[in-house]
Amino acid sequence: MTALVFRKLAAMPRLWRLVAVLGGLLIALALPWLIYPPIAMDIVAWALFAVALDLLLGFTGLLSFGHAAFWGSAAYTAGTIAIETGAPFPVAVLGAAVVAMVLAVPIALLAVRRTGIYFAMVTLAFAQMVYYVANQWRGLTGGENGLQGIPKNLFGLDLSDPFYFYYAGLPIALIGLLIAWRVVHSPFGRVLVAIRENPARSRSLGYPVDRYKVMVFVISAGLSGLAGGLYAVSHGFASLQEVYWTTSGKVVIMTVLGGIGTLWGSMIGAAVIVQVEDYLATSGIHIGPVNITGPGLITGLIFVGVVLLFRRGVWGTVAHLLRRRRHVPDAEPHLSGTTVPAAEQEPAVAPKS
Amino acid sequence: MTDLLQHAFNGLVNGSFYALLALGLAVIFGMLGVVNFAHGAFYMLGAFGAFILLNEAGVNFWVALLVVPLALGAVGMALERLLVRRLVALDPLYNFLLTFGLTLILQDLLRMKYGSQPQPYPQPAGLRGTVDLGLFDFPAYQVFVLVFSVLVSVGAWLLLARTRVGMIIRAATERPELTRAMGIDVGRWISPVFGFGIALAALSGVLAAPMRAVSPLMGADLIILVFAVVVIGGLGSIFGSVAAGFLIGMLQALGNVYVPGLATTSVFILMAVVLLWRPAGLFGREETAV
Repeated sequence: MTALVFRKLAAMPRLWRLVAVLGGLLIALALPWLIYPPIAMDIVAWALFAVALDLLLGFTGLLSFGHAAFWGSAAYTAGTIAIETGAPFPVAVLGAAVVAMVLAVPIALLAVRRTGIYFAMVTLAFAQMVYYVANQWRGLTGGENGLQGIPKNLFGLDLSDPFYFYYAGLPIALIGLLIAWRVVHSPFGRVLVAIRENPARSRSLGYPVDRYKVMVFVISAGLSGLAGGLYAVSHGFASLQEVYWTTSGKVVIMTVLGGIGTLWGSMIGAAVIVQVEDYLATSGIHIGPVNITGPGLITGLIFVGVVLLFRRGVWGTVAHLLRRRRHVPDAEPHLSGTTVPAAEQEPAVAPKS
Repeated sequence: MTDLLQHAFNGLVNGSFYALLALGLAVIFGMLGVVNFAHGAFYMLGAFGAFILLNEAGVNFWVALLVVPLALGAVGMALERLLVRRLVALDPLYNFLLTFGLTLILQDLLRMKYGSQPQPYPQPAGLRGTVDLGLFDFPAYQVFVLVFSVLVSVGAWLLLARTRVGMIIRAATERPELTRAMGIDVGRWISPVFGFGIALAALSGVLAAPMRAVSPLMGADLIILVFAVVVIGGLGSIFGSVAAGFLIGMLQALGNVYVPGLATTSVFILMAVVLLWRPAGLFGREETAV
């Protein structure tokens, strides 16, 4: 009986999507009741960041390993705007997103001149440059002390309680997610997928591939900026950690763990990683005399494990199983446009050696 | 003028670290198509290897300079066999992510054991003090580092250019399929080449220990700079990587004198210029596919 219901549901993708969206909204609204509210806000901010990265990684096949540049510069911008002008925090966050987009334009124009692994190295290097600049520009960023005391202004409302701030900040993140969803499901998004699958053919069909890449890069940076600004306001400070390369790596692992090219997966990945890191930071793991504190080791192990054994990610695996039920062929997940289409690949169900 | 030369010399010394690391990266990339993020971690492990050997077993610098690269080279070979090989057939980005994860693990393990505070490592006896280079005095150890790394680079070049093994490796790097078709077992050389690249990283780590403090984070920031170096030099070109390494070392040192604010960013600005002017790198060839 349940199997029948399941099969009928699986055959109705639109209904599924509606269920997923309503379920996701419900979880988002209930989150600060379920877990510590500041962590709930972290999850939402990182989820938007991971979704923004997925626009590039999953839908365009470009691995940006330098997204900390946009998240971090937005954190500083939001902080500066809020401290200096006392503007309502949504204005500060919006300003931060604009600055991230402006920063993304030159980086994108340069980075799209290379593809594949070089793209990752170039973005990583430029992000490191932003890090050095932030470190040196003490007047603006506060150097190693960071920017402290970022206010949460909103027309005189008292948002000092993280529980209330969550509901003030959530709409901003939801708008960001909606933008990402619109991008993916627009003709523009379909062109991005075409570029991922076969850049040469897209070019010969007349699409200016590099211009599309720059556009999606800037959109992605803007959404990352929205997330980074929100994160900084939520915490009340912005630090160098936000622009450091570990932050770029963290958002990549969220997206890969959740399943690239799935949007939902990125949010799941963000939720998992934020919770794991919070747990490690507060309690740590104690195995006999060994005390594992700090996130590096466990995040690293998750990275290695996912890349070796779980490349589809959480959402990718679910989608794969559903598709298998309906006998729809699908491909091994892939990062850039160098893989063969599903039909030419080995059967997806074959065990990986 | 003397001042300028002295700064240039300093730059060459720093550049020799870039050159050795870039050389290892380029060899591994050529043979496997893998960009090894963990290269910086192995540089750090090299420095820690020397540090641990000295403090736990009283082993001196010269022995460490031989033993640590050999040991870590073996670790590198095992790493290639156990992990990297599984992902080689897939998109190269997967191995980039794998080695990134390994970097986080290795870094954190050492941080938990030794803390993140930089630790000093004494300069080897015999290389303390300065030597007179005619125009100026220069710390003896720095001179040694420069000479030694130039010798290693030249040695690596001779190995690749003049020996049968080198010929096979170069052929396998350029046209793996064709080399295989000539009846040469390319697969046999993959692990040793990976190990060799890692050993070079470890070697630069040991060399760095007496000059720079030993800390778990010493490799990661450096390797990102080296990524910029190889983008500038062209990762496909072994000569290009080494030349770019020395060049950028000098550029940074001179930049530090004339435009202090730009010293750290000069590499990235140069990278931007190269991307605009010669996207494949100064010495690189255009990528064929993608």
